[in-house]
Amino acid sequence: MTVQPTPASATPEGGHLLELRDLHVEFRTNEGVARVINGVSYHLDAGETLAVLGESGSGKSVTAQAIMGILDTPPAFVRSGQILYKGEDLLTRSEEQRRQVRGKEIAMIFQDALSALNPVFPVGWQIGETLRQRAGMSRADARRRAVELMDLVKIPGAAKRIGDYPHQFSGGMRQRVMIAMALALDPKVLIADEPTTALDVTVQAQIMDLLADLRRELNMAMILITHDLGVVAGVADRIAVMYAGRIVEHADVRSLYKAPAHPYTKGLLESIPRLDVRGQELSTIKGLPPNLMRIPSGCPFHPRCPYVQQVCVDEVPHDLVLGDGRTSACHFAQEVRDDSIAR
Amino acid sequence: MTASPANPTKVRGETILSVDNLVKHFPITQGVLFQRQIGAVKAVDGVSFELRRGETLGVVGESGCGKSTLARLLMRLETPTSGRATLEGKDLFKASGGELRRLRRNMQMVMQDPYTSLNPRMTVGDIIGEPFEIHPDAAPKGSKAKRVQELLDLVGLNPEHINRYPHQFSGGQRQRIGIARALALKPEVIVCDEPVSALDVSIQAQVINLLKQLQGELGLSYIFIAHDLSVVRHIADRVAVMYLGRIVEIGTEDEIYERATHPYTQALLSAVPVPDPEARDQRNMIRLVGDVPSPADPPSGCHFRTRCWKAQDICAVEDPATVPRAADPHPSACHFAELRPTTAA
Repeated sequence: MTVQPTPASATPEGGHLLELRDLHVEFRTNEGVARVINGVSYHLDAGETLAVLGESGSGKSVTAQAIMGILDTPPAFVRSGQILYKGEDLLTRSEEQRRQVRGKEIAMIFQDALSALNPVFPVGWQIGETLRQRAGMSRADARRRAVELMDLVKIPGAAKRIGDYPHQFSGGMRQRVMIAMALALDPKVLIADEPTTALDVTVQAQIMDLLADLRRELNMAMILITHDLGVVAGVADRIAVMYAGRIVEHADVRSLYKAPAHPYTKGLLESIPRLDVRGQELSTIKGLPPNLMRIPSGCPFHPRCPYVQQVCVDEVPHDLVLGDGRTSACHFAQEVRDDSIAR
Repeated sequence: MTASPANPTKVRGETILSVDNLVKHFPITQGVLFQRQIGAVKAVDGVSFELRRGETLGVVGESGCGKSTLARLLMRLETPTSGRATLEGKDLFKASGGELRRLRRNMQMVMQDPYTSLNPRMTVGDIIGEPFEIHPDAAPKGSKAKRVQELLDLVGLNPEHINRYPHQFSGGQRQRIGIARALALKPEVIVCDEPVSALDVSIQAQVINLLKQLQGELGLSYIFIAHDLSVVRHIADRVAVMYLGRIVEIGTEDEIYERATHPYTQALLSAVPVPDPEARDQRNMIRLVGDVPSPADPPSGCHFRTRCWKAQDICAVEDPATVPRAADPHPSACHFAELRPTTAA
């Protein structure tokens, strides 16, 4: 594979494994242009877990699809920005070159394992397909490796179950098959898009443990996309909170939960019922997420924000650096953080 | 406010719905022409509980535990295999005709998915007003539109939107429409089947608060079915934990969340992700192995024994009854019921 980006000299900017710079993605539809990603920048280093948190429509999944190069085009178009993998901009590369990155360097698992797997082929064949196609393995070798991978993701009786079809597996086991497929080519980055949303809590805990173990064993970097503040708290090193196609807050896990510095993050944390706290009235974030075809002026969160001032309507807030690598895209980030500490 | 025998005063806290040993088995058949039954999916397998006026009973469990079948049985959308349920003393499953209609009026349901449970071709006014067509006496002639607008206002929607269609509303607003429809006939019991699980977190809180507020204003009793234990803790007064068609533990919110004695409840609670990295470090996690067995072929004795770390020989032989246990005086279906040092936190 000669098309691989050569990392040695190509990582001048601090050498992040993966870095997004000011990514803009829009959906051009008959009703108009929806600006789904509006200047997203983040980075990921080897062996670390970044959680991307957001509600539906915040652009968290579209960002991942842009990294993988699997956006539905049309209607989705990358308008501008860079996606640097080992210092090379993936967006300038040909489809064939991106294909070499996909799976081998950056792999992805999806939310709904049942619809992501092909119902008419045995799971072993599906795991082996990647190996035959991309690693040039023989059928027998691919099969052997598929069993190893199924063992790795702790599917009991892997050798016996290799000929089973997806419908013969439970939800949790299907998700394990997906993880095995994603790991087949030893990727450096694993993107997990809501990997446990469709699962029951006890199974969800099993899968999150598995992902954390695998990440450690294989020293992968992981991007965990989720809407669940609880899931994130357990596994992530850093969190990027997205709203209306922007990252509104970026912090390490502990500081973010202790003292959110963006009103949206603060509102989210206050609006979830907690198992360990007997609740009274839940505080809510008023209103609805914006229509991406008509994003509000200034700060996109201003119509729902309790801290809103005239400046929020007029000016888009820039990332305010709060120390310790924390940023918050709020004109009043300091106040919000101080309020959160006082709480 | 005269308490005539025909219309006794409604005392908060008295039993309004009583369910006794309710069973629903779905037959599994084989053969095309001569179908014979080769087994049964034991979706609900002997469930008993009482619901008191003005309280919220949370029903939690994983997928396949029978909680939605239970809801459908209570709404009489399914016929039970056996068992009894009485609503204000009247047998739910024996009623028919006019009596059934009256009973149904008193018990309504809010569905999980606000996208598929509203007819896309009907306006909001028609959707919320449809109950009045079946029960004309619930809204005096000519006052239907006014009543619908009152309901919209009650659930926090703009009464002027009466002529809009469901697609013009967001998920949270649609769920409010579903709630307004359930409230139309002034029921006393509302069965909520996963009412917030399809909603985003910031919207979820709005709907939970609305349900609580309506309960306070209208004195409603809720059966609140959910898989999210945090949400249930927030809204429920009492909680029933289901596993493979049975209630394995039932008690007050405090008894279940702070003093659970059934291993399944303990494992379920410890698996819930807590959104606080520091509280998390102090938690004592239990990791269950394996998946829920098929309800068509549940394990003998205690259904949970195949995943339980405490299982002994007796568990395979003897089915533990859901009765108060020595460890804590609330019903728990475990031979070895005991408290755990850290249950919820």
